[in-house]
Amino acid sequence: MSSSSSKRGSKDIPCSDDLGSAAAQTQAAVPSAKGEAPAVEQHGQTKRKTKAERRAEQKSAKEAKKVSKPPAKEPATDKKQKMTLEGSNAPKRVPSNIQVDDKKHQAKVAKKLAKQQAPPRTEVQRQVKMFSHLHQFKREESLTAHLSFASGGIHPAFLRLGLQYAEGKICGSNARCIGLLAAFKQVVRDYETPPDKALARDLDNRIKPYITFLAQCRPLSVSMGNAIKQLKVKIAQIPPDMPEEKAKDRLLTAIDRYLYEKITLADEAISKTYAQTKISNGDVILTFACSSIVVKVLKDAHHAGKKFRVIVVDSRPKLEGRECMRRLVQHGIPCSYVLLNALSYVMKEVSKVFLGAHALLANGYVMSRVGTSLVALVASSYNVPVLFCCETYKCCDRVQTDSFVFNELGDPEDLASAQSNGACSKLEGWRDIQQLNVLNLVYDLTPPDFITMVITEVGMIPCSSVPVVLRVIHSV
Amino acid sequence: MSDARQHLTDDLTDRIESFISSRQQKRLCSSYDVAHQTVDLARRIISQTRWSSACELVETLRTVGRWMSSAIPSETAMGNVMRRVLKIVRDEAAVSSDGKQNDPDDLHRMLTAQRASSDDLTVAHPNLKGAIIESIHELMEEIEISGHNISIQSLEHIHANEVVMTCGHSRTVEAFLKAAARKRKFHVIVAESAPSYQGQKMGKSLAEAGIETTLITDSAVFAMMSRVNKVIIGTHTVLADGGLKALNGAHALALAAHHHSVPVVVCAALFKLSPQFHCAYDQDTFNKIVGPHDVLPFAEGGVLSDVQVQNPVFDYVPPDLVTLFIFNTGGNAPSYVYRLLSEFYHPDDHDL
Repeated sequence: MSSSSSKRGSKDIPCSDDLGSAAAQTQAAVPSAKGEAPAVEQHGQTKRKTKAERRAEQKSAKEAKKVSKPPAKEPATDKKQKMTLEGSNAPKRVPSNIQVDDKKHQAKVAKKLAKQQAPPRTEVQRQVKMFSHLHQFKREESLTAHLSFASGGIHPAFLRLGLQYAEGKICGSNARCIGLLAAFKQVVRDYETPPDKALARDLDNRIKPYITFLAQCRPLSVSMGNAIKQLKVKIAQIPPDMPEEKAKDRLLTAIDRYLYEKITLADEAISKTYAQTKISNGDVILTFACSSIVVKVLKDAHHAGKKFRVIVVDSRPKLEGRECMRRLVQHGIPCSYVLLNALSYVMKEVSKVFLGAHALLANGYVMSRVGTSLVALVASSYNVPVLFCCETYKCCDRVQTDSFVFNELGDPEDLASAQSNGACSKLEGWRDIQQLNVLNLVYDLTPPDFITMVITEVGMIPCSSVPVVLRVIHSV
Repeated sequence: MSDARQHLTDDLTDRIESFISSRQQKRLCSSYDVAHQTVDLARRIISQTRWSSACELVETLRTVGRWMSSAIPSETAMGNVMRRVLKIVRDEAAVSSDGKQNDPDDLHRMLTAQRASSDDLTVAHPNLKGAIIESIHELMEEIEISGHNISIQSLEHIHANEVVMTCGHSRTVEAFLKAAARKRKFHVIVAESAPSYQGQKMGKSLAEAGIETTLITDSAVFAMMSRVNKVIIGTHTVLADGGLKALNGAHALALAAHHHSVPVVVCAALFKLSPQFHCAYDQDTFNKIVGPHDVLPFAEGGVLSDVQVQNPVFDYVPPDLVTLFIFNTGGNAPSYVYRLLSEFYHPDDHDL
């Protein structure tokens, strides 16, 4: 699959770090370099690679056994999946943030985190057993309390970004991605190559602890993950003899271009070219929580003169729908606001449902804010079309069928906080009750049978076409 | 209607009015309390008013029932209990006049669709009052132990290590689950049902009784449904077609259960069974809208004047989404509800 090419690029950088390690190191890294035009490789490694290639073919049968002992030699973060290559027998690596119940694995991860100065998170006092394979952290008072300002620390732009993520001040996959890329630009501008190192390798090393820090503040979103992969490819493509200023300019231009093409232009295409055709006069449009792209679609339709009204459905504990409602009201769109319980009551008058997505999975499922699947379910039972608006950079090749194996769990205290009418919460003192667990899911999965259509910048596609889109993107 | 009201003593009128106002001011909240008080009122009416024939008594009771139902249209338990009382009166009158048992289960009678003739009601009988009061006492007892009768059936429905989902706070379901928890270990997931947060109260109460409980937000219902073995909910009213008038959010919950092929079990006492049908999907006549400050508080500021906020209380759940009803007389499918209606209510009383 051509999508592995970007992964290969990212995998090469870690292996080149550990030139000092044993040959076994290259053995593990070798399948990644198989058959690749080594634009990014150091010259010294080429010979070793071909030898190692042969070694790999001989030892491919033992590869599976070796992988079961997660190698301490493998320093790269496991958060991004490592794809198998054509013809290689290296099995897919499972991300470490869904292996929380594996104690040995977590011990190794903890050591790595300590090395990178990532702040430790405390687990919730009482974990929900069904989700013991996922992290269940509680909100920290201060994530940065222990950080030293010694050289090699985390860049302040990333510190600020991480704290903003943790507080929920930057929320929503587009916003998080834009914030991330802005912080990267700052890092690139401030970067100075040390005299004896190559820019590509060193910059990549510098970025790793930043990303780990961000992941500790809040798990990376799919949009952020894809942006980071692209950035690493761009960094790896910088030839070692390029002058520093030129290289930095190139990176900055690449980041700007990514932002412009994948987010800004894509949003314009989704809104003006495709979604406008689906909104007619007299429509009653339902939306759930706050999605920046859906707000843009509705705003543009309103400015184009279409007469419609919007029903905003909201749910606890984030109550993001209020933000959506405020933005729509600012533009003068007539709005109604209900909580999720009233969904069956309002659905009878709805003509279309527009929803935003966090990620499009390769098996046609859509991962989005928790509650989206319920909205899609009730809409499809009333025969109301459900349209998802999503840029293609959020497509990911993960496959998943339920909302349990991969999810994010928020702080359970959010459910117990005081209610909107000021009365004290019914759940006060819930921690004292041994048998009571509180679960705060963040994402859920909508099955493709509820989804009428996904609107992306490449067109209006059925959700089963996501692997085709992925293929097209990665072949470019 | 006014001449029927004249039969009522002042004391009775006072009682009825205070009952209505206490319900309107939400001092009386649960259907059980309402039903209990209605039976009590009915017994007082029967014993204290002057009536010479069953016909007059029926007329008085119908008047009072109409008065109470029109004051609080959303509270169906009052009307249901009144109809039960009326059926008892008619049955007792028929028995005294015929002299033989008017067996409603008589197959022959059912097939030939014979009904007690209305002539029987105008004839006066000496010991009719005593018989009626006795039956009313039985009805009172039945209502009092209805919760208990439902909860003793719980072990037949909950197996070991099961995951049960429920939403909102229903005293019937709470007693049902607690009765099962005495003998079996199982897991309960409770949806918190904003904006009333009744689910939080339910979750806390179940956990304090030693049941392993997980509290989730309403939005996570579909996500969690794949792990659930059964959905057990209570309801406000059981409609004549077997559908439910339950608290809002129940329809979405039932749809999610249907999608995952999870059975939906409804625990309801018989006084919640109503002969009304759900007339329009419009829901304007069916639903009750309460104040929106729980949904969007006044603290939100200027945006409130530009936005419409709705806070409905009830939800209609169609009968094909319900798998089983557990009444105090036993378990039944939704398709059997019509039979129970004809057993407990007289067709002339369906429209009070």
